[in-house]
Amino acid sequence: MIWDILIAVALVIGAVFTLVGSYGLVKIDRPMSRLHAPTKASTLGVGSLLLASILDAYSSGDGSLHEILVMAFLFVTAPISAHFMAKAHIHRGTVAAAPPTLESGETWACLDKDREEQPADTSA
Amino acid sequence: MIQIALVFAYVCIGLSLILAMWRLWKGPNVIDRVLALDTLVVNGIGMIVVFGISTGVETYFESALIIAMLGFVSTVAYARFVLRGNIIE
Amino acid sequence: MIQRLVPHPFLTALLTAVWMLLENTLSWGVFVFALILGLVIPFLTRMWWPNRPKLSRPFKVPEYLVILIWDIIVANVSVAITVVFKRNADMKPAWIAIPLDIRSPEAITCLASTITLTPGTVSADVSSEGAYLLVHCLDTDDADAVRDEIKSRYERRLKEIFE
Repeated sequence: MIWDILIAVALVIGAVFTLVGSYGLVKIDRPMSRLHAPTKASTLGVGSLLLASILDAYSSGDGSLHEILVMAFLFVTAPISAHFMAKAHIHRGTVAAAPPTLESGETWACLDKDREEQPADTSA
Repeated sequence: MIQIALVFAYVCIGLSLILAMWRLWKGPNVIDRVLALDTLVVNGIGMIVVFGISTGVETYFESALIIAMLGFVSTVAYARFVLRGNIIE
Repeated sequence: MIQRLVPHPFLTALLTAVWMLLENTLSWGVFVFALILGLVIPFLTRMWWPNRPKLSRPFKVPEYLVILIWDIIVANVSVAITVVFKRNADMKPAWIAIPLDIRSPEAITCLASTITLTPGTVSADVSSEGAYLLVHCLDTDDADAVRDEIKSRYERRLKEIFE
């Protein structure tokens, strides 16, 4: 019984967060702010669904942990794809306000024309 | 009770797939479409996981893992194409 | 000798854990095969991993992970409330430039990923010399407070772990 409640709660939380992420994707009208909702909420939502799956496997007797792999992979890759999309936004100028300029004469990496010639990008 | 939660999860994830699809169709610029595709992939993984719980078949998790990997690589490839104009230099 | 045979102990541990999770069974046979893979793969690919990342205080990692997971949960609730209940016109997005004290690429990568996963902030770029991190804030009144919190809460701990 207690397992049922835990699984149901994890499922509902995951579903709600997934829905909130996609709702934010549709609702927010500024391109850069739009990145926030899906990268965070959807990732946690799917994480919670995977937690429900682990609990379900344990309640039915045969323990299963390989959902942790999917979870860890999603949590490691979500920031990287968000970072890439933010760079592409700045590069194409589709941001509501330009990023601030720095006092020390440095520029941001994706606006730096010399750096774009170099093949390796260690910042990603 | 799990049955009710599973139906609720199906409805929510299906709705979020439709919302992401709307952004993919409408998206004012190309990065929004990439973001919508990324969200579609993540929601699809959620749908597969819920389906795996409701049927009790373990094989679906391998497909979820593979879709997660392919989704990440394709998002990075799209964003890199927008940034640089090519993918592999 | 040990250094040459096991060039990357963390990679070995990671590969062993990943193989055991993929097999999804806990038995000594699986563990031995996972350990063999974890020892052979870093040894065969050692020429592509020339320098090993320095972790001067690895015992601080669990504390950091607990703080990170707690913050991810809190962050998601607060971002969800902002996204659902706040009108678009009321949101105040802002760019923040964070001056960095940490220098090693691994530490900067960890900090950028942490920032993206926590409250209402997405890291967007680093400056060309690696001295500043560009962060986009979803909804903030006080950009300086956000910057100070990131520096004191995450960067200080990462500096302890990596340097």
